[in-house]
Amino acid sequence: MITKDEVCKVQTMTEAEKYVLLKDVIIDYEKKESNLIQVLHMAQAIFGYVPAEVQHFIADQMDLSVSKVNSVLTFYSFFSTQPKGKYSVSICLGTACYVRGGKEVLNKLKSVLGIDVGATTDDKVFSLSVMRCIGACGLAPAMTINNKVYKQVNPNKIQRILGMLK
Amino acid sequence: MINLTINNKAIQVEEGTTIFEAAKHHNILIPHFCYMENVHQIGSCRICVVEVEGGRNLMASCATAVKEGMIVHTNSERVRNVRKVIYELMLSDHPKECLSCWRNQNCELQDLGNLIQISEFRYEGAKSKDIIDTSSPSIVRDSSKCILCRRCVTICNEIQGVGLMNPHHRGFSTFIGPSEDELLGESVCTNCGQCVLVCPVGALKEKDSTAITWEALYDKSKTVIVQTAPAVRAALGEVFGYELGTLVTGKMASALHELGFNYVFDTNFAADLTIMEEGSEFLERVKNAFTAPEKDAVLPMITSCSPGWIKFMEHRYPDQLSHLSSCKSPHMMLGALTKTYFAEKMNIDPANIFVVSVMPCTAKKFEITRPEMFNNGLADVDAVITTRELGRMIKDAGIDFRNLPDGEFDSPLGLSTGAADIFGTTGGVMEAALRTVYELVTGREFPAANLHIVPLEGLDRIKTADIKIENPLEAYSFLDGVTVKVAVTSGLKGAAILLDEIKKGISPYHFIEIMGCPGGCISGGGQPRPVNDAIRTKRLEAIYREDEGKIVRKSHENQDILLLYHDYLGVPLGHKSHELLHTIYTRRSKN
Repeated sequence: MITKDEVCKVQTMTEAEKYVLLKDVIIDYEKKESNLIQVLHMAQAIFGYVPAEVQHFIADQMDLSVSKVNSVLTFYSFFSTQPKGKYSVSICLGTACYVRGGKEVLNKLKSVLGIDVGATTDDKVFSLSVMRCIGACGLAPAMTINNKVYKQVNPNKIQRILGMLK
Repeated sequence: MINLTINNKAIQVEEGTTIFEAAKHHNILIPHFCYMENVHQIGSCRICVVEVEGGRNLMASCATAVKEGMIVHTNSERVRNVRKVIYELMLSDHPKECLSCWRNQNCELQDLGNLIQISEFRYEGAKSKDIIDTSSPSIVRDSSKCILCRRCVTICNEIQGVGLMNPHHRGFSTFIGPSEDELLGESVCTNCGQCVLVCPVGALKEKDSTAITWEALYDKSKTVIVQTAPAVRAALGEVFGYELGTLVTGKMASALHELGFNYVFDTNFAADLTIMEEGSEFLERVKNAFTAPEKDAVLPMITSCSPGWIKFMEHRYPDQLSHLSSCKSPHMMLGALTKTYFAEKMNIDPANIFVVSVMPCTAKKFEITRPEMFNNGLADVDAVITTRELGRMIKDAGIDFRNLPDGEFDSPLGLSTGAADIFGTTGGVMEAALRTVYELVTGREFPAANLHIVPLEGLDRIKTADIKIENPLEAYSFLDGVTVKVAVTSGLKGAAILLDEIKKGISPYHFIEIMGCPGGCISGGGQPRPVNDAIRTKRLEAIYREDEGKIVRKSHENQDILLLYHDYLGVPLGHKSHELLHTIYTRRSKN
């Protein structure tokens, strides 16, 4: 079985090595269609996202159509077909964060970064996504950047927070 | 047995029956939309919801099994209100361009709106999708009209095993089709058109070829020649209100003459020719297998008339392509002969001949674009129109189809035998081939009542037969006592089962017939809607009636075929045949 440590080494791997690792993952999961979601999880861990070429590779290896793989992949918001930026910015739009102004923060993020939800800036520094309740309602509206939580954000704080990262 | 009450009627049905079926068997019709009996019953559209006493939510009757003591209401105030709301919500994301939609008045969404008395649209809002994919030569996908019923998903995955049509993304962003980066025309789509056949709205349709056909008909410099496939005559009548299974061969020939085609030929003629070529090819392979092992004859041989099946094979089983007969499909043969044999005979420049094939098939639209289907730079066939498209052209031309006299096909490519007629249905090509091959081998007529090989008929997925050869002619003495095993399947899932056997080296058969669409060409992707097993059976019976009505029912007894060999082709599998009537296949990628 592929271990977590092996997946953690992906930063230093070449593309070819990543495909070899993914192939091993698929064999570990016995090429079963019912394991497709797990395989996609691992593929995203290895490549950071699941682009069309990786979808093709998985489909061929698991004897599925690309369309089938893409169908499952695009259903779940966890999976991404676009590369993530250096900083993954997520804003919570759960009920508490929403009523406390999460939507305005999101709009500010969109205009400052110049991208839509699910996209990455051209310089590959920021990507933007939306979450549904991260259990930090007391900190609403909450935002995370690479899993670090920023509490009670508002549109005026956005420039400063992002500026501190670059 | 289960006892329940539907609309205050006490009903007894077998366990496992759905509420929908129980109601139907007792003359209670529940409005429904995506339901297709035994094919698609997953409640995806929610139109068939009913109220079950004690249940909190309404239930989709097509996907809910009956329970003892259930009290069901199909027409309560709540059900009728909810049904309308569901319909209106569907419509809120559907363009209301009905007047210019090709499905106008032949649309299940319109029919449903009429049935449940919709008189207003209360919801208007954003439209979710606007992808129009015209990349395929066979099928156009207009996702703006898709109402996400998922029938095509079921057909493409469960029945055909192709797996191209799937839902992508979710919620309001959902669309159905190949994945985002894929185009139909560049995908593994086999062009079988079964998705087009089941689409209730205008989201999936055949690529129009009527416009170029009209253009050719109006072009005075062109000799425009039409040919019609065996299955068309058994279904075209449905477009003009005839009872299911009515043969309209004569009226169809008249209508084609009235449309202005210079010659009306019959693909059936080339079906007889296919039997001569394919039967000879089979006998040659068998002979080599039994007497010349060094030639590595490849058996089982598989029929090659169905272009949807061919493309499926090229994608999925590229290593098994040598099992395919090298014969072109009948209409391609006829096209090639029209631009050579016929052109020479009539002294017409083949460049000025425009050949139109009327086919029950959408995959034929792709087939004519294959580079192998060109001869001296000219396409064997210039346009393929489906049975539905022909129906539209006849109506558009103001031809009173029902009052036409019965016409005839033109000579010399119009005469056919009963063996050719049955090409239109599953099992037909095999039966036609065996009628000829058996006689060539033994010198005697095939020993079956009325020439029908009963185990190969009908709609079962895989059908097989054993034919024992006794006392053959001397040239085939090596076959004495041999049992020839044949198999027939229709629908690509069945094809995959037989091909997997071949791949594993455990296929017991010598000869296999495969048609891409379930039931064969009678329910091809270009046939009139709707299609279900009851309708397939009616069309199938019509095809066999056409066969039985012929005096000559064996391809090798078609006098015009014999004349063609005598005057032009020489012998089956000869040099000219190889040039005009045979083809090669292409290895394609799995995805």
